[in-house]
Amino acid sequence: MIEKEMRVRPIKHGTVIDHITAGQALNVLRILGISGTTRAVVSVAMNVPSGVLGSKDIVKVEDRELKEEEVDRISLIAPDATINIIRDFEVIEKFRVDLPGQIEGVVKCSNPNCISNTGEPVISRFAVNKKPVELRCIYCDHVISEGIAEHLI
Amino acid sequence: MMLKHIISMRDFSRDDIDIILAKAKEFEQIARGRKSGLLSGKILSTLFYEPSTRTRLSFETAMKRLGGEVIDLGSIESSSVAKGETLADTIRVIGNYADAIVLRHPREGAARMAAEYSKVPIINAGDGAGHHPTQTLLDLYTIMRESSLSDLKIALVGDLKYGRTVHSLAYALSLYHADMTLISPRQLQMPDVIKKDLKKQGAVISETTSLEEVIGDIDVLYITRIQKERFPDPAEYQKVAGSYRITEELLKSARDKLIIMHPLPRVDEIDPAVDRTKYARYFEQSFYGVPVRMALLVMAMEAG
Repeated sequence: MIEKEMRVRPIKHGTVIDHITAGQALNVLRILGISGTTRAVVSVAMNVPSGVLGSKDIVKVEDRELKEEEVDRISLIAPDATINIIRDFEVIEKFRVDLPGQIEGVVKCSNPNCISNTGEPVISRFAVNKKPVELRCIYCDHVISEGIAEHLI
Repeated sequence: MMLKHIISMRDFSRDDIDIILAKAKEFEQIARGRKSGLLSGKILSTLFYEPSTRTRLSFETAMKRLGGEVIDLGSIESSSVAKGETLADTIRVIGNYADAIVLRHPREGAARMAAEYSKVPIINAGDGAGHHPTQTLLDLYTIMRESSLSDLKIALVGDLKYGRTVHSLAYALSLYHADMTLISPRQLQMPDVIKKDLKKQGAVISETTSLEEVIGDIDVLYITRIQKERFPDPAEYQKVAGSYRITEELLKSARDKLIIMHPLPRVDEIDPAVDRTKYARYFEQSFYGVPVRMALLVMAMEAG
């Protein structure tokens, strides 16, 4: 009971990202641009037992609401994540991340010989397959299915 | 059918392919020399960033036999490309001169990007290890003319890992629910991600390393060149290359109606003695590139 209280201790304003695929919390922080030098109040819980997922990670960031492109990036590495927006200790909005059908400028193609990895004026674009999460490069057809976090721009 | 750019076989449905093949058949006589002025007044630009003989020449032949003109970039070393111009800029400039552009480029995805910048149709003539759809269409056309695309049993032999023509062909054949046997040395087997994709489309796939095992059971034998540079050890290459050599001896147990195809150039995959057998179709195959490219040029220029 005490443990539970510590993990989900309410925050006044901010965002709670729950149901993150276990092991991805640090990548979520990276997407949010939160590093060791941050001044934000951040709590991270990893490998928390979860009924649905078996185990999950949780990230809480105080005084911050997420931008749409941040949510899109999170959905790629944690497709089951839920976002809770908190104001005055109340959850005013709760939603599951939704993988977009196509992403642009979010992930770098892992094929070094792809035209999107050259000096050409082209932004990387991928068609997204949802289950399992797979990204197919619109230009070279190369598929990224593992380690998507490593290819985030 | 909407056919502005021709980039990847993935953009085509089976119906689209059937329309193109039927159209190609209409052009066969013109490809053999009957006069036509169908594309008179039109200009095709060939933009080859990598060397190519047959693809470039067969596009030029197709265009000229239809009464059109061809302009080309000349040697890359003396062109604007050598000054560091991007492909996106080159495409936008040439689009002001020509009615369509045939592009070969060393980078995968180059043709798709070019299409985004081009106001005239782009025809992909090979992008790195990526796509080469006009080769695939002429392969399908050869099968249609010399064998049959329905209930097809085909063996794909050689470098199935890196060979771009063979990936593209296998994908298209899956739309015809072909029964495919993949024959390659272990280190050059078709990547799993491609096999998975083919099965999803409805292809029946089996794999073996022995050609002798299946030779009596197939309608089409499609063999490709195994590139020496894929092997760090030359002795290993010799061993592998020799194991997939088509000889008259091997063909003794072949079906009567078997046809042998090869995208050419060949090195020593097919014994020259096989050229005289009733099975050889690789030179017909290279001819069929002309009517197929005629069909594509006409359809692209009509759409553009």
